[in-house]
Amino acid sequence: MKKSYNIDVDCANCANLVETEVKKIAGVKDANVVFMTQKMKIEFEEGADPDAVMKDVLKAAKKVEPDFEIL
Amino acid sequence: MTRKQRIMLIRIVVAAVLTAILALLPDITALPLGSVAKGLLYYLAVYLIIGWDILRKAFKGILNRRVFDENFLMMVATAGAFGLALYEKSGDYLEAIAVMLFYQVGEFFQSYAVGKSRRSISSLMDIRPDYANIETSSGNLQKVDPDEVETGSVIVVLPGEKVPIDGIVAEGVSSLNTSALTGESLPREVAPGDEVVSGSINMTGVLKIRTTKEFGESTVSKILELVEDSASHKSRSEDFITRFARIYTPAVCFAALALALLPPLVRLMIPGMEPMWNVWIYRALTFLVISCPCALVISIPLSFFAGIGAASRVGVLVKGANILETLSKVRTVVLDKTGTLTLGVFEVTAMHDINDLDTTDEEQKRRIVELAALAECASTHPISKSLLRAYEQEVDHSRVSDIKELSGLGITARIDGLEVAVGNEKLMQSLGLDFCHCQSAGTIVHVACDGRYAGHIVLGDLIKPNAAKSIAALHDAGVDQTVMLTGDAESVALEVAAALGVDKVYAELLPAGKVEKVEELMAAQGKNEKLAFVGDGINDAPVLSRADLGIAMGGVGSDAAIEAADVVLMDDDPLKIARAIGISRKTLRIVHQNIVMALGIKAACLVLGAFGIANMWLAIFADVGVMILAVLNAIRAMRVKKG
Repeated sequence: MKKSYNIDVDCANCANLVETEVKKIAGVKDANVVFMTQKMKIEFEEGADPDAVMKDVLKAAKKVEPDFEIL
Repeated sequence: MTRKQRIMLIRIVVAAVLTAILALLPDITALPLGSVAKGLLYYLAVYLIIGWDILRKAFKGILNRRVFDENFLMMVATAGAFGLALYEKSGDYLEAIAVMLFYQVGEFFQSYAVGKSRRSISSLMDIRPDYANIETSSGNLQKVDPDEVETGSVIVVLPGEKVPIDGIVAEGVSSLNTSALTGESLPREVAPGDEVVSGSINMTGVLKIRTTKEFGESTVSKILELVEDSASHKSRSEDFITRFARIYTPAVCFAALALALLPPLVRLMIPGMEPMWNVWIYRALTFLVISCPCALVISIPLSFFAGIGAASRVGVLVKGANILETLSKVRTVVLDKTGTLTLGVFEVTAMHDINDLDTTDEEQKRRIVELAALAECASTHPISKSLLRAYEQEVDHSRVSDIKELSGLGITARIDGLEVAVGNEKLMQSLGLDFCHCQSAGTIVHVACDGRYAGHIVLGDLIKPNAAKSIAALHDAGVDQTVMLTGDAESVALEVAAALGVDKVYAELLPAGKVEKVEELMAAQGKNEKLAFVGDGINDAPVLSRADLGIAMGGVGSDAAIEAADVVLMDDDPLKIARAIGISRKTLRIVHQNIVMALGIKAACLVLGAFGIANMWLAIFADVGVMILAVLNAIRAMRVKKG
């Protein structure tokens, strides 16, 4: 399953860092964070609960980039 | 301006005013607590107002074991400047505050400029319809989410609104503006029965449209998805910068450390020399400020994004920054003939009499076309349709009877009581008629009437009006070689190629043969040269995906083409190929300018800083200045010439 989120991220490099971190999270098959369109696309693993996974995603993203927000 | 930016602006203004007051104050020690290290507390307060978030991020970075980033650079540089001022007891804390202040001004400008251009590029590509109108049973219009409209329902599009979903006009006439999709500025007239694509804007009349697709499958959704995804394919230049920044920042930090430690240590060993720790530490800090890599990190993705935006404005969809980069290296353009350089529609190009000579006799011409058109009036073959178009009159069906369609040969019929045969050479042979073999390139339709051969009509595929101009434009854009591939007969191919000025032609190719030819041409080219294949995407998907770069034409409505190609031209105009190459070259030129300019200025300042010629003020101006120049240069990629 793929979902697209509107995000607020401050710079291109921050987006790259968030992407690398988010890809490591359990339940995330692939992730794509794009600064230019301010969008994050996440492909979830089969059977993963998106809401639960997204909590971890936000936590991990905030850790590397305190200003990161999911709108 | 976003909330974040407004807060930042207020902080900058407050800090700037306070800094100015502190700098102009005649005697800071007169203030309460002002005597502590010549007003350190006051300066520290201003420093925290402007720089607390940088410090926070730097500490967070250290905690997350991601030490070396620009926040860390700034923290070390400014804290170091405070330290030096304390050590020297000079009370000159202004420098540290100024560095932080200018750094924040630079960051603010960057976020503002990038945000603004990001939004204007996005709005160029914003074709997303927000709602669809559905007529309720009481006759009122109800706005619904386009996602909820089922295939086959009727939606109403008022003048000025976007067509939200692909469909067929059920009622109403209007003209549609498709420029957001195709870059084509001429409006398209539609009437009941015509197909309309989502994303076009209804200009004049109310249209009722029966949807043929779901919103998610409609052209507009497909294009939006494609454009949004395009930003995520990173180019090699972007990858280079990411990797570069990873090595660069630590390298700079260690270089600064070496600059602070080594020269004084060396001086210590030489008798009679002072180590001059403070001088060298100051130089090391200056070095750190100069080395901040922000200009590169921000301007490269921005340039690519702007380039993709510019291309989409002229109706060319580029699927990613990496594709834009490949496009700029295209040296060979291979074009399919039918549908790409020609219209793919047959037209009468000549009419010959029984001796294979051009007929000048208008009467005779009309007679031949009339016979052919009447005989073919019941057929749906493309050639029949072309003949009927050439006839230019309503067909009087009562004149025709006994129509027999002979598969692979042609048609026989009785027209005005006379036996008429219309078809190819084989038909003439089977009827035992004496005919002449025509040498012209194209499809030949022979006509016989009342047992006598009357002449033949030559049908040709018309060359697109812009085709020859496009080939010339490709050569102007720096393409070394243009090649035309076709499944058609050699004679047709050579004639078209000569008319267009194509360098090489390969004719009579089967689809597999086209792939082989493309592979051959790719093997022959140099390492940094790329080959692009241009096709209409209908049956050349294998070639599109095999070439270094696949360019599909007429993307509107053709999902297969959008899938298989790297670049999609939204309309059928081959001139767009050269324009797309031009835009890609310009974008890459800007990227290279920025890399060279940023690295060049930084390198010069680093050297000046190491020798103590540049102070911290110059350092921060260099950093912010280079970044502003790089961002402004990047935005240039967005501008396209109209027309």
